[in-house]
Amino acid sequence: MSHSSVFAVAFLGAAVEVIEMVIIVVGVGSIRGWRSTWLGAGAGLGVLAVLVLAFGTALQAVPIGVLRVVIGFLLLVFGLQWLRKGIRRVSVNGLRGMGDRNAPAEGIPASGMDWTAFVLSFKGVLLEGLEVAFIVVSVGLAGQALDTAAVGAAAAFVVLAGAGLLARGVVQRIPRSALQLVVGTLLSSFGTFWAVQGLGIGWPGEDAAIPGLVGWYLLVAAGYVALLRRETHRPALPEVAR
Amino acid sequence: MTVILRWLTGFGRFWYGFIVGDDWTVAATVTAALAATWLLHTAGVAAWWLPPAAAAAVVGVSLRRTG
Repeated sequence: MSHSSVFAVAFLGAAVEVIEMVIIVVGVGSIRGWRSTWLGAGAGLGVLAVLVLAFGTALQAVPIGVLRVVIGFLLLVFGLQWLRKGIRRVSVNGLRGMGDRNAPAEGIPASGMDWTAFVLSFKGVLLEGLEVAFIVVSVGLAGQALDTAAVGAAAAFVVLAGAGLLARGVVQRIPRSALQLVVGTLLSSFGTFWAVQGLGIGWPGEDAAIPGLVGWYLLVAAGYVALLRRETHRPALPEVAR
Repeated sequence: MTVILRWLTGFGRFWYGFIVGDDWTVAATVTAALAATWLLHTAGVAAWWLPPAAAAAVVGVSLRRTG
């Protein structure tokens, strides 16, 4: 493999993982606030840096399957709780609160660390960062150009993390009532994908299964919202005369 | 000792809230679905569809329970 091929393969491989990382961080930050989310992302990057320095090319010895199951399970159970709350909120309020950044969000501490935001962001960054490191090691060793692979992955991180920062404005245009549903959908999708992958089971289409899962959970959410709205607006049956 | 105990209690409460939340059926169903998926996989059955299907079902159950 030439150096340009190593760069391109590492860039594209890392880009897929960094997109997932950015979606989680931006989604969590938009709902729970940015301070704890950034601290969680920073801590995730810190732990990742320590692991990379400690293990080097032996990083592939880290049991990524177990990590995927644990982190996937945690994201899935938490994502489903947000999905359920988002469904109820949209079924009651509709798509209200466009751009209302001061709308109250449930369970967020008024001061101090928001550990929920910290943990979600930390886990997303650590797992995806580890997958990027694996791509760098495997592509770099296969092409005998570890430095080029690392530069390719770093370029993907800079480009997509920058795009994620710009996308914050777009995310904040999503109606507040729907934001929890959207982020719950994304967390549930990534959680399902990683947990099943961690069990050693391949998804049809591999990473392309993620948009399919997002579509599935959005469909499920739309179905439950419609059902709840129909139940709420159903006129009371007249009492039958005895 | 009291500080450590308080920290441990807070730590346990945080993870309980994170995983179980206000409805234990979600975590229980996800755990059971992943276990069943793994068992089916080891038996040679393609079971990637089971967790998303179970997740969709438990959201409906949880909406009823917490409604």
